Amino acid sequence: MTAASPAGVTTAGAEALAQRRNRALAKFMSNPTALFGAVLVLTFVVLAVFAHWVAPYDPNKTNFLMLRKAPSAMHWLGTDEIGRDILSRLIHGGIASLYAGVVSVFIALFVGMPIGLVAGWFGGWLDALISRATDALLAVPFLILAIAFAAALGPSLTNAMIAIGLSQVPIFVRLTRGQVLAVKTEDFVEGARAVGVPNRLILLRHITPNIFAPLVVQATLTVATAIIAEASLSFLGLGQQPPAPSWGSMLNTAKNYMDSAPWMSISPGIAIVLVVLGFNLLGDGLRDALDPREQ
Amino acid sequence: MWSLILRRLLVAIPTIFLVMVFVFILQRMLPGDPLLVMAGEERDPAVLEELRKLYGFDRSVPVQFLYWLREIASGNFGSSLRTGAPVTELIGQTLPVTIQLAVASLIIALLIGIPTGVLAAVKKGTWLDYVANAISLSGLSIPNFWLGIILILFVSVNLRWLPASGFVSVFDDPAEAFRTTIMPAFVLGSGLAATLMRHTRSAMLEVLRLDYVRTARAKGLLEPAVVLKHALRNALVPIVTLSTLLFGQLLAGAVLTEQVFTIPGFGKLIVDAVFNRDYGVVQGVVLCTAIAFILMNLVADVLYIVINPRLRTA
Repeated sequence: MTAASPAGVTTAGAEALAQRRNRALAKFMSNPTALFGAVLVLTFVVLAVFAHWVAPYDPNKTNFLMLRKAPSAMHWLGTDEIGRDILSRLIHGGIASLYAGVVSVFIALFVGMPIGLVAGWFGGWLDALISRATDALLAVPFLILAIAFAAALGPSLTNAMIAIGLSQVPIFVRLTRGQVLAVKTEDFVEGARAVGVPNRLILLRHITPNIFAPLVVQATLTVATAIIAEASLSFLGLGQQPPAPSWGSMLNTAKNYMDSAPWMSISPGIAIVLVVLGFNLLGDGLRDALDPREQ
Repeated sequence: MWSLILRRLLVAIPTIFLVMVFVFILQRMLPGDPLLVMAGEERDPAVLEELRKLYGFDRSVPVQFLYWLREIASGNFGSSLRTGAPVTELIGQTLPVTIQLAVASLIIALLIGIPTGVLAAVKKGTWLDYVANAISLSGLSIPNFWLGIILILFVSVNLRWLPASGFVSVFDDPAEAFRTTIMPAFVLGSGLAATLMRHTRSAMLEVLRLDYVRTARAKGLLEPAVVLKHALRNALVPIVTLSTLLFGQLLAGAVLTEQVFTIPGFGKLIVDAVFNRDYGVVQGVVLCTAIAFILMNLVADVLYIVINPRLRTA
């Protein structure tokens, strides 16, 4: 913080931010496990985006001559209880999982972050009220909360995403509030306040860019949790509805055929593990790269 | 110390009240009228009206909330709209089942998580550390319901070593209880073990570079004594409190594990109540879970103060 004018505050802050960003990028690129995570995630994203071209069959096309067939050259991962190709359903199911993971985290971030900003910045009774409400929501285990929301909204993929997103709001409120409390006493914020920059602009231009790194890390790790949550809700019948494929609903059906068609249970689970592992490695890598102590 | 505990207790009260408000609002959002199910196929308007009066649905929502609060204060968490059974009775029947599963899972998690975490910290940067980290990351990435399915597939269907479903209380038949509980407990405990391992490793790494550990080494103590007697004892402080907080993760995990292994526990009670649109049970169960979780947080805070000498004198 060298200048006392709003313009000076912004320039100095932007330079420091750009420097930090470059250091973080270099650190991330030199971390092989983080890169492996990024490659895993990217592979699933590409498969989901190009699912219509990559999948060998229509994921919903039934074939009653091919019921519960073991993996073969024709059907690499076998067929399910009504003769649908498991590989095609797996590829298309990735769309639901990734979509649910990303959208629910966006919901959580865009609802939770402003509430956390307000609580941390203004403090007082508003902060106390928001903090107690956050504690109350955090008191209900995440999945039970998501099940309760999904039941209230009705079973569908969209509602599952909303349910998961809403259940994760308190995590982002608490994280944002904590970060704001840490940043609001910094010189550059005090400077901006001293020269009369309005609260709204301080929050948008000075606080938000400086608290974004931990939020990005949390968001990445939360995508992994959200993907498992979507699979869990679909497994319970509260997420993606048949015949549309999702990894959780595929496992829900597969558990009824463990004796006669064990292959139905294996591939959807491996897909969940790989994509969740990818997001976890990516999140860990981002945390290491963006952590100021590590830099 | 007592003022800190009292302060934590005072904070818990408004939190529990907000949980009540939240649970009440959420259940009023549930789609469909549960009374229609209770009124039978004829759905006689007179019967419906009678039921509405009986369950207090004819009153305004704030009045319903106040009545509900009064009931809870007198220890009545409501009753099932389907069977009429009191929620406390249903919880009383299912909770011991989940507690048996949870205790077994926690034992497995502690037995795997803490030694692996200690080993990873002591052997930091070696292949042992990498293997431990890889196992922990896998534990966090594998959904427990899938692990359950895979174990049933190999251990029960292929090898026929253990039963794929069911529950036997440890007080009825300890040997059979072990056979029915070990697999779901492993499924539920593996995720917790991963979390515990990560925390143990980082807590141990913090402690191992402190001066008193260096002094213990300088005194010529053997490495196992330094690690186990000096470092681990102090590193365990945050881990003990974490174990209490894992209660929430255990309960949430139990929902799916009980579904996979068809265990008639607390988790299955929640799922069945949601699918049956049984307001009373969902309301009571979520509230009980939240209150238990808040109390566990309180226990964790108190425990932290009790075992941390620096806070004890605060």
